[in-house]
Amino acid sequence: MTGIGDLQAIYDVVVVGAGPAGMAAATVTANAGFSTLVLDENAGVGGQVWRAIETTPVMARPVLGPDYWAGQDVVRAFRESGAQHLAGATVWSLDANREIGVSVGGEARLISARRVILATGALERPFPVPGWTMPGVMTIGAAQTVLKASGLYPSGATVLVGCGPLLWLYAFQALQVGAQIQAILDTTDAGQRRQAVKHAMPFLRSPYLGKGLKLMAHVRRKIRVVDNVTDVAIEGTDRAASVVYRRGGATAADRLMADTVLLHQGVVPNVNLAMAAGVAHTWDDAQLCFKPNLDAYGGTNVTGIAIAGDGAGIAGAEAALERGRLAGLAAATALGADPHRLPDEKAVRRSLQRYEAPRAFLDTLYRPAKAFRIPQGETIACRCEEVKAKDVTATVEIGPEGPNQMKSFLRCGMGPCQGRLCGLTVTELIAEQRGVPPGEVGYYRLRPPVKPVSLAEIASLEKSEAAVKAVVRS
Amino acid sequence: MATADVIVIGGGLHGCSAALHLAMRGAKVLVIEKDHVGRHASGVNAGGVRRLGRHFAEIPISCASMELWHRIRDIVDDDCGFEASGQVKIAENEADFAVLAKRVADVRALGFTHEELVGQDELRRIVPAVADQCVGAIVVRDDGAANPYRTTLAFKRKAQSLGVRFEEGVAVTGLARGMGDWRVATTAGDRTAPKIVNCAGAWAGRIAALLGEPVPLEVIAPMMMITAPMQPFIKPVVGATSRPLSFKQMPNGTVMIGGGRRGTPHPDRNATDLDFRQLALGARTVLDLFPIMRAAQVVRGWAGIEARMPDDIPVIGPSRTSEGVYHAFGFSAHGFQMGPGVGALMAELVSRGTTNSPISPFDIRRFETRG
Repeated sequence: MTGIGDLQAIYDVVVVGAGPAGMAAATVTANAGFSTLVLDENAGVGGQVWRAIETTPVMARPVLGPDYWAGQDVVRAFRESGAQHLAGATVWSLDANREIGVSVGGEARLISARRVILATGALERPFPVPGWTMPGVMTIGAAQTVLKASGLYPSGATVLVGCGPLLWLYAFQALQVGAQIQAILDTTDAGQRRQAVKHAMPFLRSPYLGKGLKLMAHVRRKIRVVDNVTDVAIEGTDRAASVVYRRGGATAADRLMADTVLLHQGVVPNVNLAMAAGVAHTWDDAQLCFKPNLDAYGGTNVTGIAIAGDGAGIAGAEAALERGRLAGLAAATALGADPHRLPDEKAVRRSLQRYEAPRAFLDTLYRPAKAFRIPQGETIACRCEEVKAKDVTATVEIGPEGPNQMKSFLRCGMGPCQGRLCGLTVTELIAEQRGVPPGEVGYYRLRPPVKPVSLAEIASLEKSEAAVKAVVRS
Repeated sequence: MATADVIVIGGGLHGCSAALHLAMRGAKVLVIEKDHVGRHASGVNAGGVRRLGRHFAEIPISCASMELWHRIRDIVDDDCGFEASGQVKIAENEADFAVLAKRVADVRALGFTHEELVGQDELRRIVPAVADQCVGAIVVRDDGAANPYRTTLAFKRKAQSLGVRFEEGVAVTGLARGMGDWRVATTAGDRTAPKIVNCAGAWAGRIAALLGEPVPLEVIAPMMMITAPMQPFIKPVVGATSRPLSFKQMPNGTVMIGGGRRGTPHPDRNATDLDFRQLALGARTVLDLFPIMRAAQVVRGWAGIEARMPDDIPVIGPSRTSEGVYHAFGFSAHGFQMGPGVGALMAELVSRGTTNSPISPFDIRRFETRG
């Protein structure tokens, strides 16, 4: 399938996202005999974790590592299942009737599905420190995207700031290809390290331990790591030139010169499409984000819409595969599948348990410190509309109690990113100012289009519907 | 003892404005709002402050309200984002132009001079980005637009400063006449007052039904879209003649497209669904009138929950079944501009029992089926 003209008006199953969860779900439903379409805005399958797995120029296997190349088996099974994949397809709308608005190459369509599985994955958590929006600052996830897709890495002195597994993985990969990483400023909170010990047992038994320790040891041998960093600001005139930081307990600040600053403090579910479709979400205090309310198969409060993968709560690629299989299994069963054509649910759940169990340890250890989540003063909270932290806190004082009222005042969250880069920041800022839990403050009310779509594309929708009807009649 | 002199049901702009003007007359007022102030149509509408194109019955009140808009800061201590950048109603062809010419003549015959008919050259001067085929327009130069949520909140805050109490997140569940006072049953207990004002918007029909005077109120969900910022290219708010449209570029360059294309409202769960096939029609109108919009990226759509009456004009005036109860609802997706003026009128009506404003066309009895 290459273009929007190849789309049918209706499918048994439409999966949004061709990462581990999406491919696994589609493989199950297609193998069970249901017409299955996977829409993904990227050029190829793989999602973030296996980005460019069929096209990457980084062919030396040790660079991206065995966990990356493990994706090849999943892709093969997906390709063999007969599920259709439309690349470069941006899904900008989904409603409770499972009507999906999708654009490819400047053309838009509305299509329908009997079941929808959202596998829209994760986004990097905002990291709103002074200077975070300057040129020369990017996220580690974005840097890794470039590395996987084109083999490129930042030239010049690079400083990594933050915490979480992805930071260490990227540092390892960047070292392999020859990047000059001056230092890692590790913001892992000292108190969280102690807390995490309580959850250590399942982690020690998990497959993550050995891999993680080896990788971190390698990185620590090659790169200077500054632990217990509690304050960070990026400075420069028209672009980042240095990072000023302070360690816990230290009175004096230190400075590192840097051409590129890469930030990361974990990932959070990408909830925009699910929220726009009316899926109920709840604040999760362990992962400091909103998560969809799901049943044991990823089913939501909206009939026929399920969520799998990191969009259901962060658990990593291996868990995403199993969650995808469960969502696929439930969708196929609801559509009347022959049970013999479905995977063994017990085996899927055993595997899922193995990969979900260590999560509490990682969530606790890498829980981002408040100073890096809740900005102050002049620091920008919403970069699309350049709304500062102090604007949000001052506005709370005159009445707005939640992000939606705030939006009406300050336009925060109204830019093209629809709050992806500020939603959690604004919720936590308001909660902090009001002294109430973030769950009580709530999140932006998200409405389609959840991704920008041209007015000309919207204008063409009616015509295309007529065209679809003409096809159906003929 | 009564809770208040007047209980206002509904914390939209009309409820807040009525409460403010009642407080200015010395009344002790309680506003009961089931969600939060400005949550629905009042907070999310297109913000047009428009006399242009009003139903003839609305013109006097709309003009009175406009006088309040032009000194809004003196009234509520906030400029409400109001800018008098003009309103324009475009004729796309000669047939449209004939409709507009007749309208301007009719409005002038009623004694109002705010609407001005302009030809193609003047239209081009005011709206340089307009498509070549457009032949003229009606212009009202000192109409404009404001920020709806900010406006509603400004009225609330000013009312509060004058002693009005707001109970938000409290819903009315019943109304009964007690010993001289009205007893308003709510989710937070009973409240009492000798007088009640029904400004419950899309939910006002339920209040009227409790009083034994049901109205044919339709709950609608007018939709809007907003684009990513564009270079400034238009100042006034623009509408069309034979197709629904409200088109405005905001100070930050984003363009808001509204004007009455409707989605699906779900008033019982405070939700709306957008209908992209309807939005497609609105998008085509915009592309026909403004070729520059071909490059526009839509970043968001939304809809408010609003009440529409069958004749598209509101219900304003006393209840005909229940003494001491007054209605102001059913503004049919064009009530924002009228908020300040209708609030003042309601305060007069409630406190004096009568008003000099011509409200007879808005009488709730007009929907009674004659047998």
